[in-house]
Amino acid sequence: MPETMNVKLKVKRFDPADSGGKTWWQEYEVDIHPDSTVLDSLIHVREQDDGTLALRCACRASICGSCGMKVNGNAKLVCKTRVVDVAPNGEQLTIEPMGNQHVVRDLVVSLDTFFSQIKRVEPFLKPSYVPEQGEYTASNESMENLLTAMNCIMCGCCVSDCTVLEVDANFIGPAALAKAWRFTEDPRDSQRNERLKSLNDEDGGMWDCTRCMKCVEVCPKGVAPMDRIMELREAAIEAGNTNTSGYRHTESFYKSVKKNGRLDETRLAIDSAGWTNIPRLLDLAPIGIAAMRKGKLPPLIPHKSEDHTRVKELYESVEGESK
Amino acid sequence: MKYAFYPGCVARGGAPELYDSALAVMERLGIEHVELTKAACTGAGVLQEKNLKMGDILNVRTFAMAEQMDLPIMVLCSTCQGVMSQANHRVKRDPEYLAEINKHLAAEGLEYKGTTSIKHLLWALIEDIGLDKLKETFTRELTGMNMAPFYGCYMVRPSDALEFPAFPQRETSIEDLIESVGGTVTDFAGKTACCGFPILFINQANSMKMVANHTGTAKDLGADAMVTPCPLCHLNLDGYQPKARRQVRGDKADLPVIHVPQLIGLAMGMSEKALGLQKHIVSTKELVRKAEAAPAKV
Repeated sequence: MPETMNVKLKVKRFDPADSGGKTWWQEYEVDIHPDSTVLDSLIHVREQDDGTLALRCACRASICGSCGMKVNGNAKLVCKTRVVDVAPNGEQLTIEPMGNQHVVRDLVVSLDTFFSQIKRVEPFLKPSYVPEQGEYTASNESMENLLTAMNCIMCGCCVSDCTVLEVDANFIGPAALAKAWRFTEDPRDSQRNERLKSLNDEDGGMWDCTRCMKCVEVCPKGVAPMDRIMELREAAIEAGNTNTSGYRHTESFYKSVKKNGRLDETRLAIDSAGWTNIPRLLDLAPIGIAAMRKGKLPPLIPHKSEDHTRVKELYESVEGESK
Repeated sequence: MKYAFYPGCVARGGAPELYDSALAVMERLGIEHVELTKAACTGAGVLQEKNLKMGDILNVRTFAMAEQMDLPIMVLCSTCQGVMSQANHRVKRDPEYLAEINKHLAAEGLEYKGTTSIKHLLWALIEDIGLDKLKETFTRELTGMNMAPFYGCYMVRPSDALEFPAFPQRETSIEDLIESVGGTVTDFAGKTACCGFPILFINQANSMKMVANHTGTAKDLGADAMVTPCPLCHLNLDGYQPKARRQVRGDKADLPVIHVPQLIGLAMGMSEKALGLQKHIVSTKELVRKAEAAPAKV
């Protein structure tokens, strides 16, 4: 193996005090050890070539969560990202600050957005009692269940790449929802139902996630925020929160497959809007008419899969099990 | 090549032109298929929100049907691909869970051993047919046509369940296909983002912003069309484009969104009607005109 490796970087720069707040691209080339990480190369640039390049890092061991940035369009902890893995043939790497957060300078983003989202879920235990002596205790199993979400190091990678936050700054975001799940699942917390209800009801809450899985893919610690959001939805439904389009959508889908073996698209649209929600139903009409004119309105009486009665039997046996 | 064919609910419902164009292209390529008419919906990740195990049972049942015929499954939908791949990934890693699911299938004489592979038509074209062989069936060179890829979340994430490490070419499959027909790729950051369909009935304002951003950006970058392997993305990006563009950008829907087999069909010289291009909400007339004027392939 050669003693050094050539790394080409294209870095998005931003200096609020300069050039009227405009961003620009700057290219660098460094020769460093072949085992180096992307962070090593950026530090090399800052120390050897360009002291004006701003970046944040601390532990260099994917524990502190300081060095999140976009590498070739995807958020990563650059201390955990080896150059050979993202540029195996010496390709130029594109480095940008994380998305959906305010850029302070170059590759440094403000953590305000991230923490304001986290604060919205009241990320602390609310126990119902004070133990007479000693600590609040919880079983090993219950804590093991929380390990995924407790691995969060608050780096902001999931927030950076969230496709909903891109269009809606009011969405509470993947990190905060995973954090909320951690408290709804903690046996020492007394506010499970209240937490579920509030995340179910509020604008920008659990039902606004699109299930795009970006957060699952970019999380460097295996928190899989979207999986936690799905568990929140399941728990919210079980706790009796049935007042949302999200609930009606899931319920309609579930029942449609049970009845027909297949999806009834027309029914799904109407059920999700709500049968008594006249404005929402009227809103669907032009789309239905346009589809009909093109000869592609889904059938009003749904097609069933052959053997759909077998699907219904399967449903009944599984539902019987969980009772 | 022969496949257990699973067209999915939307290709048989709201996007019939996908089913028709896929069959036309498969026939031209000599791809044999047996349609899995008894298989249920995959659950699309929605049913799984309420009951993950129920979803896994329905999908494993489909895998077992294909396994009995000793055929790989072919799908036409990114969401079907993703949901099935995730279910397959889960049960193959956990023999106890698979045994539990198989108990439910025993009454039907089915038992899944874990050998079925699931391939979207897009992947099958590249991995099983091969681009060189595919190109031999083209009669036109679609040069000068700019096309933007749009994958659909479930076709790219989670990458481990979709076997990206073993099949790295899957990451650029639409781009490779666009180049194979002689077209030029219009690359844009939104190509692997969400189309907004899953929240269409839940938060329509956000869904419309996604549609307007993706179609508007691709158009601004010079795209003549967008190509997607996902009929759900298509429903939103095509069906709701007029509303989204008006509401969010104050302009008109002007970017046709076509299905993968329609792209191939155009290169094979098939007609607008054979590919169902007249069934789109956003007009495909200009695109068809360009394709018909394209030079013959030598």
